[in-house]
Amino acid sequence: MAKIIVVTSGKGGVGKTTSSAAIGTGLAMNNKKTVIIDFDVGLRNLDLIMGCERRVVYDFVNVISGEATLNQALIKDKRLKNLFILPASQTRDKDALTKKGVEKVLNDLSKDFDFIICDSPAGIEKGAQMALYFADEAIVVTNPEVSSVRDSDRILGILQSKSRRAENGGDPVVEHLLITRYDPERVIAGEMLSISDVEDILAIPLLGVIPESEAVLKASNQGTPVILDEKTKAGLAYSDAVMRLLGSNVDYRFITVEKKGFFKRMMGAGR
Amino acid sequence: MSIFDYFRKSKEKQTASIAKERLQIIVAHQRTAMNQPDYIPKMQQDIVKVIKKYVDIEKDQVNVQLDTVNNCSVLELNVTLPQ
Ligand SMILES: Nc1ncnc2c1ncn2[C@@H]1O[C@H](COP(=O)(O)OP(=O)(O)OP(=O)(O)O)[C@@H](O)[C@H]1O
Ligand SMILES: [Mg+2]
Repeated sequence: MAKIIVVTSGKGGVGKTTSSAAIGTGLAMNNKKTVIIDFDVGLRNLDLIMGCERRVVYDFVNVISGEATLNQALIKDKRLKNLFILPASQTRDKDALTKKGVEKVLNDLSKDFDFIICDSPAGIEKGAQMALYFADEAIVVTNPEVSSVRDSDRILGILQSKSRRAENGGDPVVEHLLITRYDPERVIAGEMLSISDVEDILAIPLLGVIPESEAVLKASNQGTPVILDEKTKAGLAYSDAVMRLLGSNVDYRFITVEKKGFFKRMMGAGR
Repeated sequence: MSIFDYFRKSKEKQTASIAKERLQIIVAHQRTAMNQPDYIPKMQQDIVKVIKKYVDIEKDQVNVQLDTVNNCSVLELNVTLPQ
């Protein structure tokens, strides 16, 4: 039985796809058979971030409508043997995903995978609700910024009332907070909400803090999940988050301002 | 950040703490709204209309909230009347 994890946020553009790609890849690096599903029907992007856009033949909607088998639609990652991607449809609209259809695909995948990562579309409407409905756990991606925090709180409300677990009255969905695009310098300057500010407001356990990093854009330019770039802070911070997801207790890194040399400080470099 | 920023920042209120205060209020509000029956906003509008016949108030001066206290539903109506 696979564990189903939704990566969600409410607000758009906060780093859901970046995080889905990094965390899914990180789980596969830890020998967990993992599939990442793109739920963003009409705005497919996970394939680009994973660097497999030219190998997409069939998609999630084709599988649901019976036009292709799951095996035909799954794309095997070229770097990691345990990693697969199920791309979203680029041409259909969001109504193409039905609860029954999604459930069938998740049940089939559950038989041979350890983890199913669902990359949610932005918003709190049908598409986002479909991505989170079957989840066992949720990674709520939040930027330290007012509108993102408010929207994360909204999505938490939906997880607690509209997910399958909520409807069936079983154990609630396990919630994790992932703060991304964190800039310790701006926090010190009092210009950005701190980790504890965001934790205080959302009141869910922290899974990771990913610093604002140029490496993320560089990685996406190349179609390489940033976690594979083990020299970058963002990559390492994602590795730490994956270890925590797997139950390890890992210290937090890159959440304080590093001491800079005099020269670097003068040049304002080092961001 | 230059040394001058430090002087300035200590006088002004830091924007991050303003953000936190605003979020605490809006999130608390959002959470109560989430757990309320769908008719509450509509009922609030109607109550505002009735009060407006007599006193000049704005929508945000009326707060309607449904709470459950030991199996008993309590409708709380809070109206801030102008001086
Ligand atoms: N830690 C980071 N540092 C710098 N840039 C980042 C970071 N995380 C994400 N980004 C950038 O933010 C943008 C949005 O990221 P991403 O596509 O992952 O967000 P999303 O939540 O999936 O968006 P959407 O809601 O549109 O699906 C991208 O340009 C990405 O490169
Ligand atoms: Mg996305």
